[in-house]
Amino acid sequence: MPNPAIEVENLTKDYPHGFLNLKMRRSLENLTMQVESGEVFGFLGPNGAGKSTTIKLLMRLIFPTSGTARILGKSIEDVSMHRDIGYLPEQPYFYDYLTAAELLHYFARFHKLTAADRHERVQKMLKKVGLESAKKIQLRKYSKGMLQRVGLAQAVLHDPQVVVLDEPMSGLDPLGRREVRDIILELKKEGRTVLFSTHILSDAEMLCDRVGVIVGGRLRGVGTPDEMVGIQTQGMEILFEPDGTGKSFPLLARATKTGERYRVQLPEAELYAALDELKAAGARILSVAQLKPTLEEFFMNLVDADRAQANAVEVSGK
Amino acid sequence: MTNVWTVATNTFREAVRDRVLYNLVFFALLMMGAAILVGQISIGIEQSVIVSLGLTAISVIGIFISVFIGVGLVSKEMDKRTLYALLAKPVQRWQFLLGKFAGLVMTLTVNTAAMAVGLYAVLWTVKHPLARSDWYLLVAVYLILLKLALIVALAMLFSCFTTPFLAILFTVGVYLAGIYAEELRTMQAVDLNPATMRVLQGVSYLLPNFENFNVMGAVAHGRGVPGTLVWQDTWYAMLYAAIVLTGAAMVFSRRNLK
Repeated sequence: MPNPAIEVENLTKDYPHGFLNLKMRRSLENLTMQVESGEVFGFLGPNGAGKSTTIKLLMRLIFPTSGTARILGKSIEDVSMHRDIGYLPEQPYFYDYLTAAELLHYFARFHKLTAADRHERVQKMLKKVGLESAKKIQLRKYSKGMLQRVGLAQAVLHDPQVVVLDEPMSGLDPLGRREVRDIILELKKEGRTVLFSTHILSDAEMLCDRVGVIVGGRLRGVGTPDEMVGIQTQGMEILFEPDGTGKSFPLLARATKTGERYRVQLPEAELYAALDELKAAGARILSVAQLKPTLEEFFMNLVDADRAQANAVEVSGK
Repeated sequence: MTNVWTVATNTFREAVRDRVLYNLVFFALLMMGAAILVGQISIGIEQSVIVSLGLTAISVIGIFISVFIGVGLVSKEMDKRTLYALLAKPVQRWQFLLGKFAGLVMTLTVNTAAMAVGLYAVLWTVKHPLARSDWYLLVAVYLILLKLALIVALAMLFSCFTTPFLAILFTVGVYLAGIYAEELRTMQAVDLNPATMRVLQGVSYLLPNFENFNVMGAVAHGRGVPGTLVWQDTWYAMLYAAIVLTGAAMVFSRRNLK
């Protein structure tokens, strides 16, 4: 079995705060996890959960209070590990006096690429992220989506084995999100390991082999998206169109009408009976989908459980 | 050293594109005005007036750039978070710091050289041909450049552990104190108790002695500058800047970014 691409052991980060920075606030607590080689791993959590803190620790932008981490077998203290890692910061901001091509050339120099290689890679990356026609425009004139694409280009410019993306879809329109999703899928196809953080559950479900859920600085679980979210299915939803004769049937009375279509939600156990009823009524079934909690509900459940546990500890302490 | 050079050239490019060198226009206007005025009001001392004014302008403009841009070299990158993507490359933090320092010193060198050329041009308009003693001006300009490099190093050190505003205050404070370092060492006449005197003298040796780099008076009157002073100042500035930058690198290497 190949070694994990990313190994994190008991990583903890405290930030000083308050008067004279004498108090400590724990942002990440004993995080232990592994990201396997070649997988797309989604790091899920609400804002302030500790996702960016973890990524910044891995990128040595901040330093751990305790614990260790290794990427491709090398300690995160070892700067040489960055030769094989690509990183996209959250809401990336680059030198706005440079053009996209100049920025990529600048970053490529740190990877000791020859001038010919550099030129070839920069052109290839600009094409890949669709910025070929805007390569000579200064970044100060770029939109947020374009900056995100430059960020992705610089992250994969040097052909890294591991790519770490901090909220890569943040602030993008649907088209931009789709482009980023395509790039991540392409990276996976090329055999790279991708770790990305997000609070958009649908992105994680669509892209990830496994996800890790972090709330309040603590990892709450690691597994496939289905394991993490699917097990909490809240029921089923059927979308259908009646046969047009105006004939009534019990399920129609329970359904909500949207245009010509009807939508009905029911427990999973009633699904087959409902489908039989629709079939008998001559209705056209358009879709059958699992009802999953929204991200907000999903995390709120975890947060509520967290608070309940904290209260219980407090009460028993009294 | 490739990484240092890469950061340095980009810092120079930033300064050029952010129009830092536009100060040269101000300098040119000042010197043109001086040349016209000097011709009208000073008889026989045109050269010393122009040289004094020119060197002072080179020094003051350089100090402004060194302090304000020097403090921003690191703090601006942290505030704007442009540093994130860079430090995730195989780059040591000290290499980034040294590159930024070298980039600004490069900018100051070009800026100072351009102003020196302007100064010679004005000098030539009031007196030509130029005398052999006029080339001492270059020594004065070189010593100003050393002083500016030292100020940049100090500005970077302070910006590594405090806010930009405080870093500017500290840098200016140390610069002003450094001008009077010599006086602190020799102020025997002042009525202070011996312990305080010893502390003050100790502090005076720690402060960078910026008066070492001031040869304006001599050069303005056509007097030469001893070669030993130039060598001593060169070593002094290099050693002092190296110590300050090492301190900055030590602080910055363990600094958590926001």
